[in-house]
Amino acid sequence: MRIRLRALAAVGAMLPLIMGADAALAQKSGGILKVYHRDNPPSASIHEEATNSTVMPFMNVYNNLVIFDQTVARQSMDTIIPDLGESWSWNDDKTELTFKLREGVTWHDGEPFTAEDVKCTWDLILGKKEGARLRKNPRRIWYHNLEEVTTNGDHEATFVLKRPQPSFIALLASGYSPVYPCHVSPADMRTKPVGTGPFKFVEFKQNEYIKLEKNEDYWDEGKPYLDGIEFTIISSRSTRVLGFINGEFDLTYSTDITIPLLKDVNNQAPDAVCSLVPTNVSRNLIVNSDAPPFDDPNIRKAMMLTIDRQAFIDILSEGKSDIGGVMLPPPEGLWGMPPEMLETVPGYGKDIEKNREEGRKLMEEAGYGPDKRLPVKVSTRNIEIYRDPAVILIDHLKHIYIDGELEVVETPLWHAKVARKDYMVGMNLTGVGVDDPDVVFYENFACDSERNYTGYCNKELEELFDKQSAETDMEARKKLVWEIDKKLQEDGARPIIWHERAATCHQPWVKDYTVAENSSYNGFRWEHVWLDK
Amino acid sequence: MVSYIIRRFLLMALTLFGMSVLIFVLLRLVPGNIVDLLFDSAGFVNPADKALLEEELGLDRPIIVQYFDWITGLMQGDLGYSYVSEQPVWTEIAPRIPITAKLAVLALVFSIIFGVPLGVISAVRQNTMTDYILRVVSLSGLSLPSFWLGLIILMLFVQWFGYMPIYDRAPESFWIELGMYMIPAAAVGFRSSALVMRLTRSSMLEVMRQDYIRTARSKGASERSVNYHHALRNALLPVVTIIGIEAAFLIGGLIVTETVFNIPGVARFLVEAIRWRDYPIVQNLVMLIAVVVVFTNFIVDLLYAALDPRIKYSE
Repeated sequence: MRIRLRALAAVGAMLPLIMGADAALAQKSGGILKVYHRDNPPSASIHEEATNSTVMPFMNVYNNLVIFDQTVARQSMDTIIPDLGESWSWNDDKTELTFKLREGVTWHDGEPFTAEDVKCTWDLILGKKEGARLRKNPRRIWYHNLEEVTTNGDHEATFVLKRPQPSFIALLASGYSPVYPCHVSPADMRTKPVGTGPFKFVEFKQNEYIKLEKNEDYWDEGKPYLDGIEFTIISSRSTRVLGFINGEFDLTYSTDITIPLLKDVNNQAPDAVCSLVPTNVSRNLIVNSDAPPFDDPNIRKAMMLTIDRQAFIDILSEGKSDIGGVMLPPPEGLWGMPPEMLETVPGYGKDIEKNREEGRKLMEEAGYGPDKRLPVKVSTRNIEIYRDPAVILIDHLKHIYIDGELEVVETPLWHAKVARKDYMVGMNLTGVGVDDPDVVFYENFACDSERNYTGYCNKELEELFDKQSAETDMEARKKLVWEIDKKLQEDGARPIIWHERAATCHQPWVKDYTVAENSSYNGFRWEHVWLDK
Repeated sequence: MVSYIIRRFLLMALTLFGMSVLIFVLLRLVPGNIVDLLFDSAGFVNPADKALLEEELGLDRPIIVQYFDWITGLMQGDLGYSYVSEQPVWTEIAPRIPITAKLAVLALVFSIIFGVPLGVISAVRQNTMTDYILRVVSLSGLSLPSFWLGLIILMLFVQWFGYMPIYDRAPESFWIELGMYMIPAAAVGFRSSALVMRLTRSSMLEVMRQDYIRTARSKGASERSVNYHHALRNALLPVVTIIGIEAAFLIGGLIVTETVFNIPGVARFLVEAIRWRDYPIVQNLVMLIAVVVVFTNFIVDLLYAALDPRIKYSE
């Protein structure tokens, strides 16, 4: 009898597991996923843009060679899975990465996918493709180490690198790295994108909507589960969040829900499932070190010492964001400096008054003081997320005899102004495509990068960039990365103020949707997402 | 009358030419151009790529050549291509015009059917409780910003009915469509109706103090006949003028209302196009609005004669 009871109890205990397994297998097909979009994407061509306004809706149209597993929140080298590249292998010295490509895949217009398309895509990025060019090429710097792409028949492509770069494959797994068709022009890809992905492009109506429909011939049999995806573009945040609360939308735009708004959503739509995650977008300062007074390293250091990072976080995100260096801090960030190391960087110490006292001394040495204050223009974009921290910064600068004046710059003028170095101090935002040092260091701090806004150039440090990039031992690489990150902060290359957190919410009937927690650019492929309603 | 119409037509042509020059030049005086904006989404500006793109879009040519190209294209019905969507301007603008037109007409109807009668009631019941209430309502109409009113309406609908009256691309019936437009039209028309109401009231009060009204009363005409037959007709003249002007100003209110209710009309589209420095869209759309405003004023001028027989268009 006792044995029987035990058996019964065991079966009872396993029942939820068994039922859970059934539920996991019982994905329902059908339905249109309704998502709101925050603004009009500049185009549908992912390779020409550096905004998730484009990546979020259009990542579903394409395939990569490899992709970060979309069911895992923390993306890393260990979560990279095959996409169009069925398998891959490195040569012995890690300078050649060869992909065996999936066979029988067709583009949405019926043309066959071949290795030539892979070569064409990266030739386009490298500026080697004859008769076609990208209007804008924001990720050219990602592939500075790529010598060429070679093909061997229709189903094998090899990336030939100039030097070993183990994390090169992580770049290919990003939402920013789709494979483009050779036979479609870059101009057409901006307006009528053709991919091999789980959803076909139907229509993109400016400022209204983007419609995608299920790709019935998708190579991953049985997927996607959804019949289509509709993005409704709603520029008014109040209207779109109200729409989500009222159930008009299944999913919010990625990390569109700020911390104060999250409270409203939780109160008014208690069933909604919200994930508050780091966006891997940092607020930082750009300082024009080519012109006086900031050509004086002591003044730059004094400015770093006066920043009270926790005050920014407390005021703007109710204490729920993170302090870090250029790499996203742990635990979500894979490469961020540990807190004890971070505290040794000037300005990161917890005793703010002590830091400021040190800052004042440096300013006095430079000839400034209570009777001779330094007037500075703090430039930023005329957008709330830029303006608000700029105002707080001006307050912090007062403590070290700097009188800041806010200069708001209309968006169309911002990058042109920064490129001309027509600013003294700027409040800036930096989004990171992949949580990997190769992306962060080369894109933002390499001497010849177009997105190195301040023009910071340290050849010795750049050698360290290469060293960490070639390092195969991950622990050794991590130590090098911390060393570089610390040096960047000490040099005031682009002082990081804080790393933002925000939420993405979905309705309870949206299943198997995972919010990526260490990048806002790679988690939008939804062939596995389904609707339980 | 005929010579007046011909003169007005010539004047309209001259006005529109002036407008076209003004629109074209002003747009190019605004700092930043489409190429700067296109590069903004890439996060950097590459001077060489920027120059190539300017050449591709024809922005490197002298401004007079660009103007001439636009005007000759416009005369031939070729409005060019949007810089942003790379689609023909007309295919971008055309579907949005009826949406805004419906909204504007409904808002105008709302402002007239509420503004005029309430203005008359307020005047004939001057200094009564009804007058006081109506004056408070009209003052709030003038003071409440339409974006705020729009948001409050949205929230109330969600709270009370669990329904959100934002734009639906495919309404199931005419009545649903009418309802969909009525709510934002009311939000934007509330301000106009308040203005019309206040103007009708003051105009009526002025007219009702005229000698001919006293004469009509002394002849034994009923109060109803005096108010609505003798007074209202003459009081309407300034009201018609203001309605004509309001029709043009309505576009300003519609921009906000279209944004709040997410209506894909031409007003919001214009603002987005300005933000993107999408010159072909902006210059053609503003020109279209200029044509509508000029014609509306022309029609209002003709209506004067119908309303007031003393006005003659002869030499």
